[in-house]
Amino acid sequence: MSQINYKLYWKKNLKYLATLLAVWFIVSFGCGIMFAEELNSIRLGGFKLGFWFAQQGSIFVFVILIFVYVYLMNKLDKEFNLNED
Amino acid sequence: MTDNIWTYLMVGITFAIYLGIAIWSRAGSTKDFYVAGGGVSPLANGMATAADWMSAASFLSMAGLISFSGFIGSQYLMGWTGGYVLLALLLAPYLRKFGKFTVPDFIGERYYSQTARVIAVFCALFISFTYVVGQMKGVGVAFARFLEVKFEVGVGIGIVIVLFYTVLGGMKGITYTQVAQYCVLIFAYLVPAIFLSLFATGNPIPQLGLGGQVTDGAWLLDKLDTIHTDLGFKAYTSADVNTVDMFFVTAALMLGTAGLPHVIVRFFTVPRVKDARLSAGYALVFIAILYTTAPAISVFAKTNLISALQDKEYADVPQWFTNWEHTGLLGFEDKNNDGKIQYYNDKNPDMDAVAASNGWKGNELTIDQDIIVLANPEISQLPAWVIALVVAGGLAAALSTAAGLLLVISTSISHDLLKKWLKPNISEKKELLAARLAITVAVIVGGIAGINPPGFVAEVVAFAFGLAAASFFPAIVLGIFSTRVNKEGALAGMLVGIVFTATYILCFSVFKMGGPEDYWFGISPKGIGTLGMIFNLVVTLVVTYLTPAPPVKVQEMVESIRYPKGAGAAQEH
Repeated sequence: MSQINYKLYWKKNLKYLATLLAVWFIVSFGCGIMFAEELNSIRLGGFKLGFWFAQQGSIFVFVILIFVYVYLMNKLDKEFNLNED
Repeated sequence: MTDNIWTYLMVGITFAIYLGIAIWSRAGSTKDFYVAGGGVSPLANGMATAADWMSAASFLSMAGLISFSGFIGSQYLMGWTGGYVLLALLLAPYLRKFGKFTVPDFIGERYYSQTARVIAVFCALFISFTYVVGQMKGVGVAFARFLEVKFEVGVGIGIVIVLFYTVLGGMKGITYTQVAQYCVLIFAYLVPAIFLSLFATGNPIPQLGLGGQVTDGAWLLDKLDTIHTDLGFKAYTSADVNTVDMFFVTAALMLGTAGLPHVIVRFFTVPRVKDARLSAGYALVFIAILYTTAPAISVFAKTNLISALQDKEYADVPQWFTNWEHTGLLGFEDKNNDGKIQYYNDKNPDMDAVAASNGWKGNELTIDQDIIVLANPEISQLPAWVIALVVAGGLAAALSTAAGLLLVISTSISHDLLKKWLKPNISEKKELLAARLAITVAVIVGGIAGINPPGFVAEVVAFAFGLAAASFFPAIVLGIFSTRVNKEGALAGMLVGIVFTATYILCFSVFKMGGPEDYWFGISPKGIGTLGMIFNLVVTLVVTYLTPAPPVKVQEMVESIRYPKGAGAAQEH
């Protein structure tokens, strides 16, 4: 059995976290709060975009983020032979 | 009268289901009692977490709150969902791998300090207890309003029910009851929302209806914006708000969510690390169903309410208006004696001219925001069984949250205080007995406090979130992501975070020592936990690097929780 490369596993995990949390921050604090007023001049059907991000869009993105993380980590666990049975 | 029969029937049936589940899932060991034996499937745990999370306030008050605050209400929507991303990515999997029973367990062992454990226990107790008081009050209100029993009797019924299934089943009983309670509450929330959406926009999906068109082809949200500006209110979707405060409040709610002990402990109940991750995802899906429906209800209800009442003859108002007038949630005072209802923002100077030309002499309608959810079925003339369903749903939301909190209280006392501190040699049987006694005392004290709540209950809930954000969140996250952070750093950081946050909230919220103009950077007490969290983080890191590294054994423990392999079951001690 090959040695498990714990350092690399952790490094990759941190990289995923940084990317996903950046998206988390941008959709909520960015689009939903800081730039909401500017985005409100753009329309998405019946919604103004800033309002949509603040009351719906960010929540949808949160859900997607967790499932992307689950998928990435399950793959990473397998790759590094850290998968639980 | 027929309405009442439906209500008794719905509440009776749902309660019978909860009690049945409690008997079926009795707890035999402390492990059953604390973490449901560690064998709950991720899907069931996700549902239970969602029910645990969504309280009477989420169910009954949130849509109303957003309805009357418009865009800025988004801070609750984002704040109470975004924390789950932090939970899933930064906490849940690692705490599951750590594999003990409670949050103070982790703080105590990671920082190899009994003092840290005791601070954590008292924070957990304080946070959970303030929360329980609100839930018991919610149960009392729901019973009192719909079953026409006295408020005190309502709380009493609530105490007996919660006591029965928490004492019997512990975490195991609570978890499976919560699964049932989630189903009841989400069904009860969606049914009226679907009807409202259909009536307003012809689209049965409320999330889409919110962005839909009304009968004359205009967008619903544009119509509400126009109604608002015509009456002198700010446009509903306008993002022209105090961005700094909204930022801090949203962050405090997110960080607080991720630091609340009754939420974190749910992730100790699943079998594997990957189940903890997945379970957080399911939990957020189940929560998001309600949280994306709420803003739609806010808009449908507000539009309906104003269109139904504005400038209408008081003599012709529908029956529901009179019904809710009796409860004090709606109030009408004919200031200009024209027999019509005028609702507008009389504090807006721009409205003075409009009011003068129309002969209006001030706003005549007072609306309690709770009416948005409660009166919806009647305003939309839905059948009596839907009204009964909303009552059962509200009770399910209050009871499920109360049960989860009570469990944290009892675990903190029997496990963290007794077993881990005062009486380490206690037998499992005695520990289990202590846990059951602790729940009994907690629910009775919580009920009494719910009947006579201290005047500042609403502020105290902000306190719970602020404290969770400023104490637990940084201590846990740093404890996982840094091997270097030591006891001295964590203790100093937690103390600074707690003392700062508590002082700020006490000064501004409880003792009213200043108004919004005195807030630091315009941050309201609701958002101050974010600043407390930052202070905690900075102090922890500075003190850590001035003092020696933690023992090698602790560093190895931190390393080991980062890798999922061999997570095993929650360990016995």
